[in-house]
Amino acid sequence: MTEPIIKIDAISKSFGTFQVLDGLSMQVMPREKLALIGPSGSGKTTILRILMTLERIDAGHIAIEGEQLYHMPKNGGLIAADERHLTKMRQKIGMVFQLFNLFPHMSVIDNVTLAPMLTKGVARAAAEKRAMELLDMVGMSEKAKAMPAQLSGGQKQRVAIARALALQPKIMLFDEVTSALDPELVEEVLNVLWKLCAETDMTMLLVTHEMGFARDFADRVLFFDRGKIVEEGKPDELFRNPKQERTQTFLRKIIAAGHRV
Amino acid sequence: MIDWSGYLSLILQGAVVTVQLTVMGSALALVMAFLAGLGRLSRFAALRWLATAYIEFFRGTSIFVQLFFAYFVLPFAGVSLTPLQAGVLALGLNVGAYAAEVVRGAIQSIGKEQYEACIALNLSRWQCMRRIIIPQALLVMLPTFGNNAIELLKATSVVSLISLADMTFQANIVRSQTGNTLFPFTTILILYFVFAMIITFSMRALERRMARGLDGVRN
Ligand SMILES: Nc1ncnc2c1ncn2[C@@H]1O[C@H](COP(=O)(O)OP(=O)(O)O)[C@@H](O)[C@H]1O
Ligand SMILES: [Mg+2]
Repeated sequence: MTEPIIKIDAISKSFGTFQVLDGLSMQVMPREKLALIGPSGSGKTTILRILMTLERIDAGHIAIEGEQLYHMPKNGGLIAADERHLTKMRQKIGMVFQLFNLFPHMSVIDNVTLAPMLTKGVARAAAEKRAMELLDMVGMSEKAKAMPAQLSGGQKQRVAIARALALQPKIMLFDEVTSALDPELVEEVLNVLWKLCAETDMTMLLVTHEMGFARDFADRVLFFDRGKIVEEGKPDELFRNPKQERTQTFLRKIIAAGHRV
Repeated sequence: MIDWSGYLSLILQGAVVTVQLTVMGSALALVMAFLAGLGRLSRFAALRWLATAYIEFFRGTSIFVQLFFAYFVLPFAGVSLTPLQAGVLALGLNVGAYAAEVVRGAIQSIGKEQYEACIALNLSRWQCMRRIIIPQALLVMLPTFGNNAIELLKATSVVSLISLADMTFQANIVRSQTGNTLFPFTTILILYFVFAMIITFSMRALERRMARGLDGVRN
């Protein structure tokens, strides 16, 4: 039996006095495409940010490929991970943000080559060659020399995806990557996600409000509410036949808001 | 009728000293601004404390006293400086303290999403600072740096108090030798103004150059 690539074990997270996650556990299998859905404020972003080490957990454990993310072994026990350990663990994970977070002072290609050159010591020529292949895959090779400010939202997001891919992570986290886009630009980004799904072995965690896309794309859907997994299952079952009342209510609202399911 | 050409060259000699003080003082101020500005934002309490102490001390005491201290008191500690060295030191440290707050403010004005992109791309803190944050912050700093440099230019005249023959010092000499105030002080008025304009325009050119492609999207 294969081991899960991500193993989240009873993690808790509070912001001040507000507890977002309270003993959450979940597992993700290698190559699995997972959709995280749920009402705003239910903690979906927080989970991705914790996996990307942008937030720390208050309690619990996370293992990536069997190795602790926030802890490291010492004298038979576990101690808090230091920056070096986190740096090592981050190599396995990449993230794409809702608002792209491109570096505005760098051209498209420099955005993509920077991290491989700095963190992996890849030579410029090799980094640029690889960057052009990635930009080609996301349909942005013609804009390699452009600055981010000259691009549309959809184009920016495709560059951001190429930038994250350049580090060849095993796990990719996508946080509402189409939510900030004009409706006519959503498709071009979803197409790129489709391509990744078809052409790579990456494990993908996707927070989305695009239910139609989640349904076609995901192997498994998790419905979150107030930091808990209320319901999970294969997309067909969960969307067609939601068992929990909260899931039903949520899906009704989403449909009423004009999203395809 | 007085022949002004000899006096003019006297003033121009002073102008060279003023330019030297401005250029070297600004260079020192720039270094101090980054050291103290980054120090204020350091993870290490000792560095933060040191940077704060430096900034507060040099902003809280007058440049006049700092200059006298550098020139007349430091020799007792075994450090003898030429008037030019004392002038550069006092001006650089004084203006550097103000500019340090500009560096700090500019760095803090860069949105946290840029830091988060750094982490997601596994850049180290220092790589992130050097390649992502400072280049963007520099653009925010430049206009105020221009003002700081002009402040420094204007403050250079304080060195005439330790008998360094800068532009103002020479103008006073000319005045006492000729009894004419209009000529020497109109001359240096124009020269100070021209120098300030040179600073302003070169800063603007630099800013335009650095902003190329950013199209106002700076955070
Ligand atoms: N940095 C923060 N400080 C305080 N509260 C936060 C912070 N980040 C998230 N929260 C709160 O945590 C809850 C979950 O947020 P989030 O994970 O962004 O939810 P989702 O992505 O499902 O909409 C929300 O109530 C949000 O207001
Ligand atoms: Mg969210």
